[in-house]
Amino acid sequence: MTGARAAAAGGADGRRGWLERTMADIAHSIEGAVFSEEHSRAAGWLQRRDPRAKIVMFVMTLLAASFAATLPALAALYVVVVLAARVSAIPTEFFVKRVWLGIPFFAGIIVIPWIFFAPGPRLFDLPFGPLHLAPSVPGVGAALVFVARVGVSVSLAVLLVLSTPWAHLLKSLDTLRVPQIFVLVLSMTYRYIFMLLHIANGMFEARKSRLVATTSGGEQRRWISGSIGNLLNRSVKMSNDVYLAMLARGFTGSPRTVQRFRMHAADWAAIALAAVIALAASGLDRLVR
Amino acid sequence: MSAETAGDRCPVFELHGVRYVYGQRQVALDGIDLVIERGEQVALLGANGSGKTTLLKLLDGIVGPAEGSMRALGLEVAAVVDGAEAFRFHREVGLVFQDPDVQLFSATVYDDVAFGPLQLGLATDEVRARVAEALGLMEIEHLAERAPFELSGGEKKRAAIASVLSLRPDVILLDEPTASLDPRTKWVLVDLIRRLAKAGKTLITATHELDVVPYIADRVVVLGESRRVLADGPAAEVLANTDLLIEANLIHEHLHEHDGVRHRHAHEAPVHHEAEATPAPEHS
Repeated sequence: MTGARAAAAGGADGRRGWLERTMADIAHSIEGAVFSEEHSRAAGWLQRRDPRAKIVMFVMTLLAASFAATLPALAALYVVVVLAARVSAIPTEFFVKRVWLGIPFFAGIIVIPWIFFAPGPRLFDLPFGPLHLAPSVPGVGAALVFVARVGVSVSLAVLLVLSTPWAHLLKSLDTLRVPQIFVLVLSMTYRYIFMLLHIANGMFEARKSRLVATTSGGEQRRWISGSIGNLLNRSVKMSNDVYLAMLARGFTGSPRTVQRFRMHAADWAAIALAAVIALAASGLDRLVR
Repeated sequence: MSAETAGDRCPVFELHGVRYVYGQRQVALDGIDLVIERGEQVALLGANGSGKTTLLKLLDGIVGPAEGSMRALGLEVAAVVDGAEAFRFHREVGLVFQDPDVQLFSATVYDDVAFGPLQLGLATDEVRARVAEALGLMEIEHLAERAPFELSGGEKKRAAIASVLSLRPDVILLDEPTASLDPRTKWVLVDLIRRLAKAGKTLITATHELDVVPYIADRVVVLGESRRVLADGPAAEVLANTDLLIEANLIHEHLHEHDGVRHRHAHEAPVHHEAEATPAPEHS
């Protein structure tokens, strides 16, 4: 869209509205996070593993991280995760940034009260009138362990998602005895959320292309509420049609899937390796504690 | 249902006075009388909103008529809609929806094509064999692991047809299979449909694209805007009836001048039924 047209369509300053921007960003993020299979199709060590093996490895390492209460154990696990990403052709910088850009912020917010209210000696004591800024030593230690634990856990999840095509990941949930109806609903949700976001984006663009003057706030709100209703109607209609399409192929309410994965010796060896790493991390944790 | 059952001796579909109403008021079909025999290739012609899609859904037993009687493969359609005979029926009759995004709801094309056979409770090896066969027929083996959202319009259509072929139905209902496709993909699909016809399938194709009709059907049923059957006969005969096609809003009459003479004539002139003499252009 040219600047002039954008200006005409988007209002006096030609900027996209908050809702439109958010929708486009969500669509883009889902596309990038879930559907971009650039890394999961690469020729790396994890990509060659059976997805079910990866799920088991992930759960074992995650449990080790969850029970670890010391920084050295968590640091060791993190090093292993980064190494696994490296041998799986996932760029280290991209991987580290993806995990650590948000975690200190979100995990930090959760632990801030504990830093100041935990009993024990204080790191320092800065008086602000009647208040004192005095973080406790055990509180800071616990906060660091918490953030590290969240970091390792999220890194593991990101590594699993980056190294496994989304469809394979869903299918391998069978391994965890997740009910097939749940897997089916989950896969359909992702399939159609993506599609509905694109429809919503199209609606915004269609409106924009027909706007010739700045609209009032009330008008915009009316349009947005109308669009939400329209989108809801379309999603209801589509869900009905999808259900009919399922009925047309003999669906009776109990989905079945065909398992096409084959476990090889290397997959079993990878599971064994993950078990050893998890046990070693637990051992190190006990030793340091 | 084996080839020797009573269903083989009676018409595939038999509709008498069928009426379908959306909600309480919106009449989609009214007074439909139609008999379709095994092995026929029928085109359902009609303008937008004439009830073609609703008729296909009725024929597929996923919705039932509000009035009238309807039998399919010797079964009461009401029993299919209720689920009592659904399992048996959907082994024989497959519907390809107009919007492939509705039909392709799984994470990968393979899973979508395997969905039907799995619902029929077939053994895993049989499911795999059928999926391979259907993907091969539609020449989309290379798309098996792709997610449906990644596919082009033509690829989606082929995947949607494959998802029905894996049921190995004898009767295939196709809803606007060539709509919104580029010319090349459209004719590739026409070739594929012709191949299915040659394999002895009963094909019922809803369309409003007159140019493909001679290649995919030997009989044409025209639905009018009254939601009733306007005409039912051999494709060549129906397609040659300009007045009928104008009445059904499939072609339009335009007033204009040639050499200073004002006159009316039909646009999108009906094609003549030359499919037997002149095969559809081979598109690969």
